[in-house]
Amino acid sequence: MKIKKNIAISQSGFAFDPNSGDSFSLNPIATEIVNLLKDDKDEQFITSHILEKYEIDEFTFQRNFDDFVQMLKHYQFVE
Amino acid sequence: MLPTYNIAITGLNNTDNPGPGVPVIRGLREAKSFKVNIIGLAYENLEPGIYLDGICDKVYQIPYPSAGSTAFIDRIKYIHEKENLDFIIPNFDAELFTFITSQDILSDLGIKTFLPTLEQFEERQKVNLPEYGKKYNVQVPNSKALTSLSEINDLRKEFDYPLLVKGKFYDAYLAYNPEQVINHFNKISAKWGLPVIVQAFAKGTEVNVIALGDGNGNTIGAVPMRKQYITDKGKAWGGITLGDEKLLELTRNIIKQTKWRGGMELEMIKTNTGEYFLIEINPRIPAWVYLANGAGQNLPEAMVNLGLGKEVIPYTSYEIGKMFVRYSQDLIVDLSIFEKLSMNGEL
Repeated sequence: MKIKKNIAISQSGFAFDPNSGDSFSLNPIATEIVNLLKDDKDEQFITSHILEKYEIDEFTFQRNFDDFVQMLKHYQFVE
Repeated sequence: MLPTYNIAITGLNNTDNPGPGVPVIRGLREAKSFKVNIIGLAYENLEPGIYLDGICDKVYQIPYPSAGSTAFIDRIKYIHEKENLDFIIPNFDAELFTFITSQDILSDLGIKTFLPTLEQFEERQKVNLPEYGKKYNVQVPNSKALTSLSEINDLRKEFDYPLLVKGKFYDAYLAYNPEQVINHFNKISAKWGLPVIVQAFAKGTEVNVIALGDGNGNTIGAVPMRKQYITDKGKAWGGITLGDEKLLELTRNIIKQTKWRGGMELEMIKTNTGEYFLIEINPRIPAWVYLANGAGQNLPEAMVNLGLGKEVIPYTSYEIGKMFVRYSQDLIVDLSIFEKLSMNGEL
């Protein structure tokens, strides 16, 4: 899964899709995940990165991550 | 030293259904290649652009197009005698026919315009849009011109509800059943006359493009925009420039094929599957033109230079993600100013 190249994400977590004109506010963890996806990191890498960095169990993360990915697809953030 | 042009402009009605006059003037006042004296042409004495500071240098009332072209030309001649006009930019659909057919007379007077040809103007009329789509290979929603209420019952054979009911110049309403079509038909025909157009409702996001064609098939500038905040009249109260290359390609293609001359606005629906349907072509600069200016393309300036026969280098870029947000503000006006315009027809 790849984030579209033209999606702009600022350090504050403000994301802008120049094709549709839609903009979104990402929270810090969403910003981190989207930036990892932009750097072509796969799901496995992201999961281990987050589990290592934050106090969260794999099941809870996976559930939230899947939801988030669906949201990215819905808003056509991914290629 | 920059030349100074006397430019007359209509569309000073910066209301909740805004005319493009004021933003066009703002663009012209920021022009880098000339200076301007702005002569505002107003149909009504309460058009806000008349009273805004720093917009018009002089204002004249002009007769409505319905008064006939003789009354119109006589008034323009009078204004020209006083102001020595170099250029006129008409900004209303309803007046364009009069201006287009009077171009030669205006030119003989020494007043330049930069307008589409009558053929270009007519073939993009809402009633002709299906043929336009076929001719230029552009997807358009099915539409039909209605001239009487008796045709409404048969619409079910050709259209699914909801559908759009549109005036030939302005106004568009969504109708979910024949009764609503009748209501809208009556309201629109009373205001804009016949025919009233029904158009299949294309579901998706409305995106618009402002563009300027040089009359030889070249696009001098084009900026796509999506409305972010829409009023109950369907007007943009906020918008953002888009980086939609497909939309720009479509625009350039239409201008190339039609050899469009002048400003235009393409109204398109982008479906969820990425298809584009052309729902309307406005044959003039739209009211959100100042966004294009803010994004790096001063199209009113380019239009004047084209009309005056100057060389104009096409714009090749603009800033994506530039926004505009409209606002309203109360202007305090002395009665004596209102009186002067009302009694003398000029200010």
